[in-house]
Amino acid sequence: MPAPTPAPARWLVATVAETVPETARAVTLRLDVPGWPGHRAGQHLDVRLTAEDGYSAQRSYSIASPPGAERLELTVERIDDGEVSPYLTTVADVGDQFEVRGPIGGWFVWDPADPGPVLLVAGGSGVVPFRAMLRHHAATGSTAAMHLLYSARTRADVIYRRELEELAGPHRAVTLTLTRETGPGWTGRRGRVDADLLAEVGWPPEVQPRCYVCGPTPFVEAVARALVDLGHAPARIRTERFGPTGSAGPTGG
Amino acid sequence: MDTPTPLDGNAAAGALGELFAFDITAAVATCAACRDPRPVAELRAWLDAPGLVLRCASCDAAEVRLVRAGDRAWLDLRGIQALEIGLPAGP
Repeated sequence: MPAPTPAPARWLVATVAETVPETARAVTLRLDVPGWPGHRAGQHLDVRLTAEDGYSAQRSYSIASPPGAERLELTVERIDDGEVSPYLTTVADVGDQFEVRGPIGGWFVWDPADPGPVLLVAGGSGVVPFRAMLRHHAATGSTAAMHLLYSARTRADVIYRRELEELAGPHRAVTLTLTRETGPGWTGRRGRVDADLLAEVGWPPEVQPRCYVCGPTPFVEAVARALVDLGHAPARIRTERFGPTGSAGPTGG
Repeated sequence: MDTPTPLDGNAAAGALGELFAFDITAAVATCAACRDPRPVAELRAWLDAPGLVLRCASCDAAEVRLVRAGDRAWLDLRGIQALEIGLPAGP
């Protein structure tokens, strides 16, 4: 006889309630998921699509909505040769259904009980779990200092741009840096996230901030290495990678 | 794009969540080969192999192997010497 199934392993039906374009490649899906058990900021879930012939494909995506939000939100970036993201970003429409399983992963999470300071470093769509953390930080009135350093290619690739501006406040800061075209009127940072920028924008290691890094694997490895080189303890750094083709990790495929 | 790269152990949380009643990715695994203690979420996850393999981030030894097929799974944990699991305070 099968043993009772732990909650995270149960597949639930998600119904698309709304789609919100974020950039040319990224879409936020607002979902109704009856039975969703709730989640912590930073967790992810698995999405399963099943074709009529029974073929199914499964990918992990970070949860974009904070705990307690009315609807579960995913922000998905299209990978052109992906199996799941083209459907979620260009085909899925209001009323469509697919399966989700979660929440998943109790490690890459931020908890308002953490007195923090917290440094969040995002590359590209790696910003998604940090949107959940920033919104949760705002919703809970946390006074822990939280700083997002977000690297995107161009201004048009910045996900949640307006929302991030609105989220910045006394205890929340957002720094954007663009690695390619900046365009006229751009007054923010330029160039990649490196040790110099981390030293300038982040806290010194003596402050012992908790550092979260999320993005493509090469980005995460470069940032984590730079943080360690600056003197941050590896145990204070939490990472979430997604592969170069986004094949399997959170926010992938 | 041609060279596969590993993900973090937290990418394996969904597959492992089918088997364990607790979140094993938040548990600390001591590598049986090099004794490096590290949360399972911080191991190197290879999800595209025929099975799922979690390797030590320090010495690259395989700590977890999982093959899922049909109505069963095969789980090999011999690369883990011990698991430290956070629980609510008890006796």
